[in-house]
Amino acid sequence: MTNGTAEYTGDQLIVFENISKFYGEILGVNRVNLTIAPGITSLVGPNGSGKTTLMNLMTGLIQPSRGTIRVLGVSPDDPQRMFRFMGYCGQFDSFPRGMTGYEFIFSFLLVHGFPKKEAESMAWRAIERVDLVEAAHRKVAGYSKGMRQRIRLAQSIAHDPSVIVLDEPLNGLDPMARDETKRLFRQLAKDGLHLIISSHILHELEEMSDTIVLINNGYILAEGAVGSVREEKMEEHPMQIVIRCDRPAEFASRAFTSDSVVEAQLHEDKHGLFIKTRNADSFYTLLNRMVAEHGFNVETVAPVDDNLNAVYHYLIGSSGGGQA
Amino acid sequence: MNSAIELEAARPTGGNLQWGLWWRQVRAILRMEVKKNFWGKRALLIYVFAAIPVLLMFLLTFADEDSAADITRNWNGAQEVFANIFEALILRTMVFFGCAWIFMNLFRGEVVDKSLHYYFLSSLRREVLVAGKYFSGLVTSVILFSLTTAGSLFFLYWARDYPANVNFLFDGPGLGQCLTYLGVTILGCIGYGAVFMFIGLFFRNPIIPALVVYFWEWLNFLLPPVLKKISIIHYLHTLAPVPMNEGPFATVVTATSPWISVPSLLIFTALVLTMAAVKIRRHEISYGSE
Repeated sequence: MTNGTAEYTGDQLIVFENISKFYGEILGVNRVNLTIAPGITSLVGPNGSGKTTLMNLMTGLIQPSRGTIRVLGVSPDDPQRMFRFMGYCGQFDSFPRGMTGYEFIFSFLLVHGFPKKEAESMAWRAIERVDLVEAAHRKVAGYSKGMRQRIRLAQSIAHDPSVIVLDEPLNGLDPMARDETKRLFRQLAKDGLHLIISSHILHELEEMSDTIVLINNGYILAEGAVGSVREEKMEEHPMQIVIRCDRPAEFASRAFTSDSVVEAQLHEDKHGLFIKTRNADSFYTLLNRMVAEHGFNVETVAPVDDNLNAVYHYLIGSSGGGQA
Repeated sequence: MNSAIELEAARPTGGNLQWGLWWRQVRAILRMEVKKNFWGKRALLIYVFAAIPVLLMFLLTFADEDSAADITRNWNGAQEVFANIFEALILRTMVFFGCAWIFMNLFRGEVVDKSLHYYFLSSLRREVLVAGKYFSGLVTSVILFSLTTAGSLFFLYWARDYPANVNFLFDGPGLGQCLTYLGVTILGCIGYGAVFMFIGLFFRNPIIPALVVYFWEWLNFLLPPVLKKISIIHYLHTLAPVPMNEGPFATVVTATSPWISVPSLLIFTALVLTMAAVKIRRHEISYGSE
């Protein structure tokens, strides 16, 4: 799958080529072909679907059983090169013993190879970005879950990477911190960075993401912008549109003149109806014509299932995975 | 992307070798690990452990007159007693188990704490990580067990007259012996450290392989000459200034020259570390299954 990546060269992309990973006889992911362009890409799928496996493969924490991965042209087998431009905030809620938040970030910047002075200023910059300056000299062991999440995020972005992989980065954050963090992600994406995010909170992913990758049972089910993925599935799952108008029964009968409309259902209050269509664009054209020619008074037209939640439900929920 | 590392990477430093960067990274690992080794909760046990021989030597200064260990009257006997304590207690027990604890925890401890991935997610060659971890274990064990040996030697000399000590140390073999004891302790840390770091890296339950090595090393005196040489203790034993009497059942073998023993131990260590460095390149983080 290579949606929206044609304008980029290989060293600007993250490429999975026929990647499979087996844990003994258990399937992690199978035959994954995926190309990720700059911007925010969300991995969506139920627990155990293979999201974390993909992220761990991308960062070299685990090795593929088959296939090759290139992150901006560099193999995960070369961590010295790859982690100059890559940061990973995983789900492991654990830290080296006895460190303060500042020491944690500063020490690993030194391990990256930065000189002391530069590591100091980079550590503080990262701590400021996640708003933990006051707690920076406290032991991480005494942090709340949200603070631990933020200090891990700070550690993953402290060396100014251009590819950031974030596994459930909003977990444990309070609403304000969530908003701040999302704003930070959007800013980073606007600066041309790759952000690969996994989360269970679909509406938040939808708000942020340029591209979604739906994964279940180790297989990629769909990839692309939410709208385009929804469109791909239109034949199988016609789009539902709610219309508030006068004379809904007449509206329904006229709507059936279009081949794309497959179902119409009157609303209980008789002031509207639900239309199911396999071609939303053609229906909207028909709607305009009906309003112009027959004088319907339309108050509202809104798609009901043109969102990530619906896509998730159609592609994953029905196959027994979904708990997003 | 940042600057400092990039500049370093771009600098021509003899092909792809970036010794300056690697040395900085080894120092950064040392800084973190040595602190953990000395101040972490796991360090307490090792301090107690390292103090035992010193305490024993201190108690021996109160030994009965005319006993084999009476340092003041039977200096030769006392030296033999020290040689036995050094080899049986310090080398074969304290250095052995101390190194097992320190070096196996370098990687195994991080797996237990679920924090090894932070190193794997750094711009760091895994071989450099092996080197950094090994040196941090070495610094810790050498400081601790050199102090054990030095402290034990201190009490060996403490009970004697000052002039007799000066005479033995500076006009006799004393100083050479002391330095040799320290050197053998350091070599023990070098050799056992590499073995235990390897075990800690690649065995989920390192206790069993560590016990196998322990029995191999302890039963070394019974082994035929060829097998005897496949051990660390054999070389340490032959280097000791006053070798321990291994008893009537020991197989007799020609002493190996220090010119062979020391390089052999160092080559063996280098080989084990190379194996660890090769193996760690394919190492996976899977805390769940540990």
